[in-house]
Amino acid sequence: MRSFKNNTLSEKTPLWLDPKKRAIFFQFMTFVMVGLLAYYLVSNTLVNLEKQKIASGFGFLNKESSFEIGESLIPYSAASTYGRALLVGALNTIKVSFIGIVITILLGTIIGVARLSTNWLVSRLAAIYIEVMQNIPVLLQLFFWYAIFYETLPSPQEAISPGAGIFMSNRGVAFTIPEGHPAHLYMFLTFLVGCVIVYLIRRWARKRQEKTGQIFPTFRVGTAIIIGLPFITWLGFGTPLEMDVPKLVGFNFEGGLTVSPEFIALLLGLIIYTAAYVAEVVRAGIQSVSKGQREAAMAIGLRPPLVINLVILPQALRVIIPPLTSQMLNLTKNSSLAVAIGYPDFVSTANTTMNQTGQSIEGVALIMAVYLFFSLSTSAFMNWYNKKVALVER
Amino acid sequence: MEQSSQTAVLKPPRTSIGVVGWIRNNLFNGMLNSTLTLLTLFLLWQFVPPLFRWAFIDSAWHTTGQACKDAAGACWSVISMNYRFILFGFYPYEEQWRPFLAMLILFGLLFYTRDRTRWKKPLAYAWIIGLFLMGFLMLGGFFGLKPVDSTQWGGLPLTLLLSVFGLTAAYPLGVILALGRRSRMPGIKVLCIIYIELIRGVPLISLLFMSSIILPLFLPEGITINKILRAQVAIIMFTAAYIAEVVRGGLQGMSRGQYEAAESIGLNYYLTMRLVILPQALKIVIPPTVSQLISAFKDTSLVVIIALFDVLKTTQSVLSNPEWMGFSREAYVFLAILYFLGCFSMSNYSRKLEKELSRGD
Repeated sequence: MRSFKNNTLSEKTPLWLDPKKRAIFFQFMTFVMVGLLAYYLVSNTLVNLEKQKIASGFGFLNKESSFEIGESLIPYSAASTYGRALLVGALNTIKVSFIGIVITILLGTIIGVARLSTNWLVSRLAAIYIEVMQNIPVLLQLFFWYAIFYETLPSPQEAISPGAGIFMSNRGVAFTIPEGHPAHLYMFLTFLVGCVIVYLIRRWARKRQEKTGQIFPTFRVGTAIIIGLPFITWLGFGTPLEMDVPKLVGFNFEGGLTVSPEFIALLLGLIIYTAAYVAEVVRAGIQSVSKGQREAAMAIGLRPPLVINLVILPQALRVIIPPLTSQMLNLTKNSSLAVAIGYPDFVSTANTTMNQTGQSIEGVALIMAVYLFFSLSTSAFMNWYNKKVALVER
Repeated sequence: MEQSSQTAVLKPPRTSIGVVGWIRNNLFNGMLNSTLTLLTLFLLWQFVPPLFRWAFIDSAWHTTGQACKDAAGACWSVISMNYRFILFGFYPYEEQWRPFLAMLILFGLLFYTRDRTRWKKPLAYAWIIGLFLMGFLMLGGFFGLKPVDSTQWGGLPLTLLLSVFGLTAAYPLGVILALGRRSRMPGIKVLCIIYIELIRGVPLISLLFMSSIILPLFLPEGITINKILRAQVAIIMFTAAYIAEVVRGGLQGMSRGQYEAAESIGLNYYLTMRLVILPQALKIVIPPTVSQLISAFKDTSLVVIIALFDVLKTTQSVLSNPEWMGFSREAYVFLAILYFLGCFSMSNYSRKLEKELSRGD
């Protein structure tokens, strides 16, 4: 009976009124249209490329680049390949984004907390900072910092020295660093070992606290281990103290660590712009924890640092992490503006490559692929971290 | 009775009310805050007077570049002597009243739209007419107006044009993408997700490169699009993805009951969306849409990189003139103030709107 009824229904429903079939039809049509559009664009492109005699494919990656790059984390010269030039650019993007993100989170947190300060003056100043920096395009800020650098700072011969061993000039900032010594490698290794030990201690301490209620001074012991182990290594190598002081040779500094004005301008612009957004994120996160939580924590006798560590922060972080992730991604994407002030980031090297080889389609595709990779991997990491701090509900 | 009159007689101590009380409560409540206040005041005293001196007392306001180099303070002459070029770029000098009038129309429309009670159909028509009028004013070629090629457009009108037209065109596209992403048809959903996430994952600059270098390759021979339109396409594609996410937030805020109610009175998909869902969903997302307009306004500055003469590029070409070399700080500060005024008034407006909307009508 039932099947019979259904049968009559389906017989009655015309084809174009059956939602399922209609959905299939719509999707089919959409795909056909997208496909046709793609076919049209690709065929046009192929004709145009042939006319302009532009090669296609990624073969150019193995050809000699014959352009210099100002700063590089890996050995590079004009004789290296385009592929290597692009790798240098990608590493430079990672460098500026990573340093930028770390400092931005620190600065943004400080300003966000200052915005909530009971001190009227401090809170007003933080508000002004946030309002002003959010409302000025980041590109303009980059240009401004770069202009400050090359217009107000003197030439290397008359470099300003704000502190011992630091020289500021329009060619960049030169820092004094310790002279290379085998001890440094071992100090770094012991530092890593220290980190692992502290991680294990923390796990053990937490377990013990859950079982017995005894609190282990993890923070103090941890700090002692992380600083102490490399220090002992340093003592063991006979306290090498030689410093690599930058010296003026000809028109520029040699030795030490020189940071280029482009890098500093880019970093400053990105940090100052993004920190304003991070400050708002942090402020909203802290405000989302209700006042009663703090009062309850005080009432059971926790000291102020513990109130923040155990009660406020874990709850605020849940609100903070997702928007903070998108700010970190914004900073990474905005680092592509480096091309405007001449810092050799990925977009900048890819742009030079495109201009030299004429293979713009491959170039733009590479730019998009690399940034997509950065975006997806950062958000994957942050999603993992977010799951860790998220509310675990029964 | 007696008690209450007695409490009225007892006034709060002098130090907890008035100016003194305010200062004590807000600036010197506790050791940390007192130190912070003193430190901040010291820093302000270190920085603000010299800055004030540089900007207002020792500064040159209306001189030649040479006289500027002798002045100890800021050289605002770089703005006052070149403001026509900075604001209007290569637009023919005698015709610059036209972009000026176009900007006035835009500001007038924006100012009139500010009040939510005026959001009715006639206003939409006024906007359409206004936008066309602006375009015709800029282009010319009728009523005896000299035609001006769009390659000569520049400065502030170009910045405003790119952001306003960008958002206007991106909005419907964004709504369609958001509906597509919420669609029950998996094929359309996947296409929309790919588009949105792809665009949101890459920087705007890569899209600008694409539109300025690759777009000409996509088109059949003989058809060329001018540079401004190409940049506009990139900005529209970029903004649409972000608008789509904003609108999706509004769609997710709609309760199931709304869809079911619309279905139960026999509305089809199109009518459900047009009459029931979208009017409510779009109202919720008005404040984030205004933030999106602010971003679009700031992002248009990126067209500098593909060598369009927006207000940032015109300023830079003034600065590359030997007479005005070395006054970047002043010029950029002026631009920063310009952008700040635009963005700040919009963000203030968005906050006001948010309050009004959350209060309910």
